[in-house]
Amino acid sequence: MNRESFGRFVRGNQKTLGVFLLLVVITGVTGLFQNSFVSQANLSNMAKWIGLYGIISVGVTFVIITGGIDLSIGSLIALTGVLTPLLLRGKGLGIPATFGVIALISLTVGLAHGLLITKMRLQPFIVTLCGLFIYRGFARTVVGDRSSGFQGEFGGLMDLLVRGKVFGVVPMPFVILIVLSIAAAILLNRTVFGRHLLALGRNEDAARFSGINTDRLKIFAYMICSLLAGLAGSLFVLENHSATPSSFGNFYELYAIAGAVLGGVSLRGGEGAIAGVLCGTALMQVSATAVFFLGVEETWKFAVIGIFILVGVTVDELLNRWAAKRRAAQRAG
Amino acid sequence: MVSSVKKTPLLEARGIHKHFVGVHALNDVTAAFYPGEVVAVMGENGAGKSTLMKCLSGVHLPSEGEIFHQGNAVTIRSVRDAEALGIAFIHQELNLADNLSVGANVFLGREPCRFGMIDETTIREKTAALIDQLGMDFSPDEQVARLSIGHQQMVEIAKALSQDAKLLIMDEPTSSLSQGETETLMKLVDQLRGAGLCIVFISHRLAEVQEIADRVIVLRDGCNSGELQREEISRDRIVAAMVGRKLNLEHHGNEIEVGEVLLKVSGLCTPLYPKHPASFELRAGEITGMAGLVGAGRTELARCLFGIDQALGGEIHVNGEVRKINCPQDAIGAAIALVPENRKEQGVVVEMSICDNVAMAGLDRHQRAGFVRDGELREVAEQTRRRLKIKAPSIDQAVVTLSGGNQQKVVLGKWISLEPKIFLLDEPTRGVDIGSKSEIYEVIEQMAKAGAAVLFISSELEEILRISDRILVMHEGQIGGELSRAEANEESVMKLATGAAQGPEC
Repeated sequence: MNRESFGRFVRGNQKTLGVFLLLVVITGVTGLFQNSFVSQANLSNMAKWIGLYGIISVGVTFVIITGGIDLSIGSLIALTGVLTPLLLRGKGLGIPATFGVIALISLTVGLAHGLLITKMRLQPFIVTLCGLFIYRGFARTVVGDRSSGFQGEFGGLMDLLVRGKVFGVVPMPFVILIVLSIAAAILLNRTVFGRHLLALGRNEDAARFSGINTDRLKIFAYMICSLLAGLAGSLFVLENHSATPSSFGNFYELYAIAGAVLGGVSLRGGEGAIAGVLCGTALMQVSATAVFFLGVEETWKFAVIGIFILVGVTVDELLNRWAAKRRAAQRAG
Repeated sequence: MVSSVKKTPLLEARGIHKHFVGVHALNDVTAAFYPGEVVAVMGENGAGKSTLMKCLSGVHLPSEGEIFHQGNAVTIRSVRDAEALGIAFIHQELNLADNLSVGANVFLGREPCRFGMIDETTIREKTAALIDQLGMDFSPDEQVARLSIGHQQMVEIAKALSQDAKLLIMDEPTSSLSQGETETLMKLVDQLRGAGLCIVFISHRLAEVQEIADRVIVLRDGCNSGELQREEISRDRIVAAMVGRKLNLEHHGNEIEVGEVLLKVSGLCTPLYPKHPASFELRAGEITGMAGLVGAGRTELARCLFGIDQALGGEIHVNGEVRKINCPQDAIGAAIALVPENRKEQGVVVEMSICDNVAMAGLDRHQRAGFVRDGELREVAEQTRRRLKIKAPSIDQAVVTLSGGNQQKVVLGKWISLEPKIFLLDEPTRGVDIGSKSEIYEVIEQMAKAGAAVLFISSELEEILRISDRILVMHEGQIGGELSRAEANEESVMKLATGAAQGPEC
């Protein structure tokens, strides 16, 4: 790579590189104070959680790029989380059939969101906020508000999807996330669908007047988001062995959104990179774990994460302003 | 068009009607467009120009009437249908996804693919060829956000050409272009006409219509109100067809009494040109025009004077005293008012009523213990409406329902009600129809007569020359020169604006 193309690469991926650098620094610094932070066991454990949370962040990224939002992710996770053991154990449905049903439910949910948002012209915030209440209610009712678990069965499935490690170190969820991310990145950057999604997110009129069916694109985006959230729900419950419907997946939509936004996805739409989202999700998980390793009381966890994100976006804004000023000065020469 | 034998029109609209809820936007409009001609569509705002263009390009479906493409009846239901017929529409507010590259925009919606992936190489090559054809020199990989407005418009034209458009419809293509960019565009339009395309454009600028159009179609209140051939195009005839009355577009001509210096700016540097200081004075009773190319820093200067952006250096004297202006409140305190460049985003809150908009800047003066005194406000708004002849049945009318010209009068009214001494007007007649324009000029002249110092920024040379008592020409952040009314003409202003007469300091 010569200097010029390297420069272009850095400019084009400034945000992702910044977040990645921060990730390395936090890991390194925490590792210096607590050597066990960078032990294979802890890194592997963090990678597993990054994998699980990353899936929902990648999903919500598609929605945020259209300029929308999905607040129903956590409740949908609760619904598919309680349904997975129920279908597998309670109803004795086979594994493929169970995942088929879960995928179908999730896609239906996404389709409903998309249709309400595009055809009824309701605001994404409202539609998915209602979804947040509705799916939580379904989840609690369908299992009579009792926790739904595997009772020690389906160990093989757990091994395959969440407990297993490739080469003995890389946890399966992380592998799933990487494969998914490569597919998502190709979809976003190399296909017509992705190109149109980015155009629509920035300037919907421009997309529509270019003959693009923007409604269909948006509906697809919500379907992708819900599908990934629903399947992640199954993985989360496999990891956790059981799901308590009143609390399972609480706040997960906010983790997903925070991961995407930290990774440089703009809530205004039209802007975002999958690699950045991975780094953003990782940053969330790593900093939460670091807080724990550095001996901060567990009760402070959310406050610390909140402050951390706030500082992060403030610094980002300041750097942007500084860069803009410098560019202006350069132009004036 | 010189042909006396009538060819088959490329596109013909007959008896078009378009109804919107409660509005009869087009009423039996007929128009024909032939290959190899440039047609200007003119009319006051609300006359139905844009609606007609949208009916021809598939954005709207006409309520009634027929459209013929090369003699065959067609129904244009969508932008796609229009494209298939070789009709491309370039909207006034450019429709580009500026987060994407030039090439991505040119081929948006029609991306060439290989194995399901976008074929970037083909896009790059074809876009480069189009850019070349347009005589431009930017890269197909450049992000559109980094291009100037003029270049962004070229991207739109490239997009139309890539669709093999035979009929190019442009809605006010020059409204945000500088003089230089406008000339480039006019040359290109001429070149495209030579290549057999038909170009239809909406314009409020009589000069450019006279220069380039083969034919002018004039609409008034949704009806055809006149059609002029090349040799018949004249200001008087166009204006007569547009408004059906004679307008006062001439300079007031009165000998003005220039008073003392109200605003003195020395060495002011805007963030856009941190190293190019600007110095000038505004005097009471005088309208000072400010000309310059787009990007010369005129808007930035006005923003700094009004405290929206921070000046990087220099001093502002109001009435002989140095004033620090760090925010709009400081500016208002110094009796400065700004009518901003972008009316809909910065001038008015379009959903709110005329009364609320007029009251917005002066709420402080009409309150007691924090409670708004509605009666006073309504009185002020009512006075403003009458004084500025705002065409609305009541001051409770939402601003969004008013024409561009009347919206701008609301903005002017908001400030006039505060009785400022220094008036900064940034493109006050942009997108304003010709009837309201002359009324806005009258208001400005009245303000000057009443002793205010007016800075009139405009990219339309014609109106600057018409209204100004004195003209400052800006070039790259500095005052490139000053012209008296007698010295000013198009050449002398352009010479200064392009930096031909550069001052000694750089």
